[in-house]
Amino acid sequence: MTQVLIPVILLGGLTLIFGAFLVFSAEKFKVKKDERVEKIHEILPGIDCGACGAPGCAAFAQGVVEGTYAVNGCKAGGVEAADKISEIMGVKNEDTSTEKVSVLCCLGDKETAKRIAEYDGISTCEALHLMGGDKGCQYGCLGLGDCVSACPFDAIEMGEKGLPYVIEENCTACGICVETCPRGLFELIPKDQDIYIACRSYDDARTVKQVCSRGCTGCTLCTRVTEGGIIEMEGKLAKIQWNKIKDNKMLEPALEKCPANTFVKRSELRKKVKGEQLKINAK
Amino acid sequence: MSLLTFKGGIHPTCCKEFSKDSKIKIIEPPDFIYLYLSQHTGIPSKPVLEKGAEVEIGQKVAKAAGKLSVGLHSPVNGTYMGTVMYPHPLGGMKEAIRIQVNKENSTPFKEKERAKISNIPKQKLINIIKDNGIVGMGGAAFPTYFKLQVPSSKKIKDLIINGVECEPFLTSDYRLMMEKCEEVMKGVDIVRRIINPENVWIAIEANKLDAFEVMKSTSSLFPWANFALLKTKYPQGSEKQLIDAITGRKVPEGGLPFDVNAYVQNVGTAFAIYEAVYLGKPLFERVVTVTGNVRHQSNFLVPIGTPFEYLIKLTEGPIGKISKIINGGPLMGIAQSQISSCVVKGTSGIVVQNETETLKKEPSPCIRCAACVDCCPMNLLPTEMYKHIEMNRLEKAKEMGVLSCMECGSCSYACPANIPLTQQFKIAKSRITKKVN
Repeated sequence: MTQVLIPVILLGGLTLIFGAFLVFSAEKFKVKKDERVEKIHEILPGIDCGACGAPGCAAFAQGVVEGTYAVNGCKAGGVEAADKISEIMGVKNEDTSTEKVSVLCCLGDKETAKRIAEYDGISTCEALHLMGGDKGCQYGCLGLGDCVSACPFDAIEMGEKGLPYVIEENCTACGICVETCPRGLFELIPKDQDIYIACRSYDDARTVKQVCSRGCTGCTLCTRVTEGGIIEMEGKLAKIQWNKIKDNKMLEPALEKCPANTFVKRSELRKKVKGEQLKINAK
Repeated sequence: MSLLTFKGGIHPTCCKEFSKDSKIKIIEPPDFIYLYLSQHTGIPSKPVLEKGAEVEIGQKVAKAAGKLSVGLHSPVNGTYMGTVMYPHPLGGMKEAIRIQVNKENSTPFKEKERAKISNIPKQKLINIIKDNGIVGMGGAAFPTYFKLQVPSSKKIKDLIINGVECEPFLTSDYRLMMEKCEEVMKGVDIVRRIINPENVWIAIEANKLDAFEVMKSTSSLFPWANFALLKTKYPQGSEKQLIDAITGRKVPEGGLPFDVNAYVQNVGTAFAIYEAVYLGKPLFERVVTVTGNVRHQSNFLVPIGTPFEYLIKLTEGPIGKISKIINGGPLMGIAQSQISSCVVKGTSGIVVQNETETLKKEPSPCIRCAACVDCCPMNLLPTEMYKHIEMNRLEKAKEMGVLSCMECGSCSYACPANIPLTQQFKIAKSRITKKVN
């Protein structure tokens, strides 16, 4: 009988001692965890796109609580996420900027823009841009799809005519395409604005006309037909001053009058793209 | 006698026989000349003339702007037409001065014999070289006056004159040595006076034995010169490899030839220095080999700013359809996107290729044969670096020395899987420098 009792008592005693030690140390060395980190992490999109600068969503959530990132730092989450995060953090989201969407500022597809050379090196826009590009226009889209592979939200696809298009339902305006494009052809514009200028060429009218049928020639007509200085010339390129625009209708005269058809409506581009998409799906 | 050389390298077919025997021919200038403001390493020059001004041959049309810069001189008599954007042979559109050539009174440049050069002080020689817009003619176009100002803490032991011309096809330096050997040696003498080296080496590859003999025949006039025959191998003519082959000293990573007490200058540059100092003639024309798939491969004395198109026409046109035009040799040269690019100070040749020569080869996976490792003249590991860059691990690639890659193209040439290694390194280098900025 004692042969059984001794080990039971011994082991039982040891278990109690260790148990007590564990309980004590768990209380004593408790790591204080901020619940807010967990809460913020739940709000974030959770795809670790890295547009905020942090290595991932978890690191960003930690960073917000520690104060290294701003409450509206998550670009992919947009205004919605920023509001919720600021609620958790108990601060006011001071950034009242509207939601944005990414647009491609080039209309030089296979039909409108001239290609001057054939390229057969590494098939990325970055490599081709280093070589000077295969297009007559030195500012235009190279069409090899660096943006398509870089977009973490599958919001950019390559169109049939060699220009990528943004699928706005998926676009979170994280801005990764803006940074990726070696020619800087993406721009984040307010989501409630329909009309924008789709060209980034600083060339003079003669050069533009030679290489593209829809490029901005710098004729300055749009600055004259619109009011309130909402379009300003940057050298030979017209640029829309988004902060001055209150009403989307303000840009309509420019859309109508532009001799090169460089102003476009997002909604119409979408219609076209949808048609294209349907065609591709049908194939 | 065993030939001097370095470790690594490749043995491409020389293809020099096409234009080897064509004597340097002076050509009629084209109707328009385009002088890019940026033709040298450093700050682009600044135009000095008013639109519509008459210019004379050899007149300064743009001045040096800043510390590392040289001026530009008109190669023709004509009218200054202002600046335009024009396709640059190194890619993209660059600002260029447009000169309409006045063919009627195009008189050759008047030569004036200078006083004895031994009487000219060192600093004045450097100033003459600067004023005449002389840059390295081997390809990089580094302003020569800047290179000649060797820091006083460094003593130059070996002056190496680079007549290697290891790029296939090109024969411009070869012709210069064959036809103007004495002038080249006089140019070398000037460099020798400025930097005061212990030894002077004239380095020539073994496939140009006749040029070696011709240069050697001048040794009675120039007793200080040593003549070195090097093994025919690419890239034997690269600065660091040349120093290694001749002196056995290796330039440290990120270092300059000064660091191992050596100084390298191209034969073309030596000739330009001779012309500037003896004749007072600025650098406005150079020898250009137009070769490859054209009817008459030739060596022309070309006014700088002549469009490639014009030169190809002078060779009585290409055989078949042109599919590629390269500024420089086929290994380090840059394929042109436009036929209207113009000759710059660093253009040593134009290679025209047709469709059969430019077959596109699809890259296949790396088989780890290490052919690229064996041939890399900088002793890098191209295959490993390629993988790191592919995964965007730039830090790793930098650690492995991607920045010392000189884009000689040996690895891409040697790769049996057709992997575009050199282009990948070029991208990585641009990404790294972009990050730093």
